[in-house]
Amino acid sequence: MNKSPYPQCWKPETKPPRYCPGCGHLMALRSLGQAIDRLKIADQTIFGVDIGCSLLAWDFFDIDTIQTHHGRTIPVMLGLKMAQGKKVCIAYLGDGGGYAIGAQHLVNSSLRDDPITVILINNANYAMTGGQQAPTTLSDQITETTPYGKMTASLKGPELVRNINPRAFVGRGLAIQIEKTENLIQRAIQHQQEKNGFSFVEILAPCPTNWRLPPLEMKNFMQKMQDNFPIGDF
Amino acid sequence: MKEFLIGNQIIVKAALSAGAEMMFGYPITPTTEIMSEWAKVSGKKENDKIKFLQAEDEMAAGFGMIGAVLGGKKAFTATSGPGTILMQDPLAMAEAMRLPTVSFIMQRGGPSTGTVIYSQQELVLICHGGNGEGMRIVYAPATLQELYDLGIKAFNAAWQFRFPTFILGDGYLSKMQGEAEIWDPQDKGLELTPATAYLGDPKNPDLIGKLQPAGSFIVKNNWVNLRNCFNLEEEIFQVNNEIKKAFDAVAKKITEHEAYQCETAEKIIFAYGIVAAAVKQALQEGEIKNVGLFRPITLNPFSTETARKIARKAKKIYVLESSLGQFASLVRDNLYGLTVPIYEHGKPGMGFAPAEIEKMLK
Repeated sequence: MNKSPYPQCWKPETKPPRYCPGCGHLMALRSLGQAIDRLKIADQTIFGVDIGCSLLAWDFFDIDTIQTHHGRTIPVMLGLKMAQGKKVCIAYLGDGGGYAIGAQHLVNSSLRDDPITVILINNANYAMTGGQQAPTTLSDQITETTPYGKMTASLKGPELVRNINPRAFVGRGLAIQIEKTENLIQRAIQHQQEKNGFSFVEILAPCPTNWRLPPLEMKNFMQKMQDNFPIGDF
Repeated sequence: MKEFLIGNQIIVKAALSAGAEMMFGYPITPTTEIMSEWAKVSGKKENDKIKFLQAEDEMAAGFGMIGAVLGGKKAFTATSGPGTILMQDPLAMAEAMRLPTVSFIMQRGGPSTGTVIYSQQELVLICHGGNGEGMRIVYAPATLQELYDLGIKAFNAAWQFRFPTFILGDGYLSKMQGEAEIWDPQDKGLELTPATAYLGDPKNPDLIGKLQPAGSFIVKNNWVNLRNCFNLEEEIFQVNNEIKKAFDAVAKKITEHEAYQCETAEKIIFAYGIVAAAVKQALQEGEIKNVGLFRPITLNPFSTETARKIARKAKKIYVLESSLGQFASLVRDNLYGLTVPIYEHGKPGMGFAPAEIEKMLK
């Protein structure tokens, strides 16, 4: 029986983790870890991380892991899936890797219905590099590169993927809802295993370090995120 | 068995003979037939292990190839010109992690979109592109037969020595139709180096520790975690030095060159690829005396010792290339310190005819 408070597939040697206190990644990685434990697939999974805060998860799991170049995790996981068809291949990205520099790979991978699972952490900014705008940055949001507020629209990723691929498993969750998000991730993985098709889960995540908001305003901003990016199955 | 094929078809045959199972590519002239020919092979029902992906761009092609290599499959790509530029993104990762990728680069006119068939302007990109130190194995075939022979060798070298490996040809070689002996490695008793997986199964976790630079991996039981991003300057200093040390250790096993008529020659011509083939023809069929050809077969690592030994005895050195100094820089770098005058003749985008070479030497 697992006596540790951590998911069994988390690598204990690299804990405590390097993420900022209150970071949405830690919540998402718990959901992912619990899903992997529940499905008993730690030895059947290959995990790919992008550049940005997702990179900090390169040594997070007792699971085969590869850290790739920025925006390129999806094609690497596709190549791995083609070589190791029986493995569950998961690409773990941020909003930059998925929606900006790697957007063409997300679009084309969903179009091909590649049998991989993409988990994308949406915290409405590029956190690792200090809080620059992301495609998901909200209107009026102040960031390092929108010091007077962003003027343009925010990208809705799951909606985009659904429009490209009617067959894929697509969902959006809330990082703080650990059990619900775990269920979303589990169903996404099962879609890869059973339907051999594309699955995509976006997770709305807080970024206290770069949002620079006091706690009550954090809560309001998370609500604003949910209003702009509706959660649920697509 | 001898077959009458174009260069691009020969590349497909070489890859299959070498045990390659996957090709990732993007259409670009002059390499496009490599993909369409491979697609014909992989599309056949009986070839279910042979896989193919026409990716959305060269970066996806290169990173897909990396994924397949990490998963323990012999995978390759082919590109040219603007595609070679985009390919540097994945190639830099392959270089940092000593991944055995194989890339067929058939040079075309540059810079930018340039022209679609011929030049020799991607030498620097292939030998030293990316943001590393050029720890790459580069073979330069001069004939269709060499394209086949070195094509097989590239896969063996990549998987044996674990560096991104290249066949640097050009569009004329790609599109040229001619006879080549498509030999079976089994008939010649040539052992094909097996591919091994870094991630997934079956893998040998102990092998990871022997190959990967310090700090770039964690091996625990059967789980392997790999990265190419580091925190401290001291870490990246060590990584670079480790990779270089490993490269230098295998350089002697890999370097190849052809020295034609160099023993008593007063003039030595340095050339590679199809330009060297034209030089050789000029020397074989023409009336010039006392001229030799030094043709690197590996551009990287370069046969420095032999090149210097031969060049030292000469009275004049010519460097011929279809570029304005990319190959000449490499030659000068390797011959540094010798006082033999070097005459560079570069023609970007244009080939050299044997008659023209003869005229130049008179």
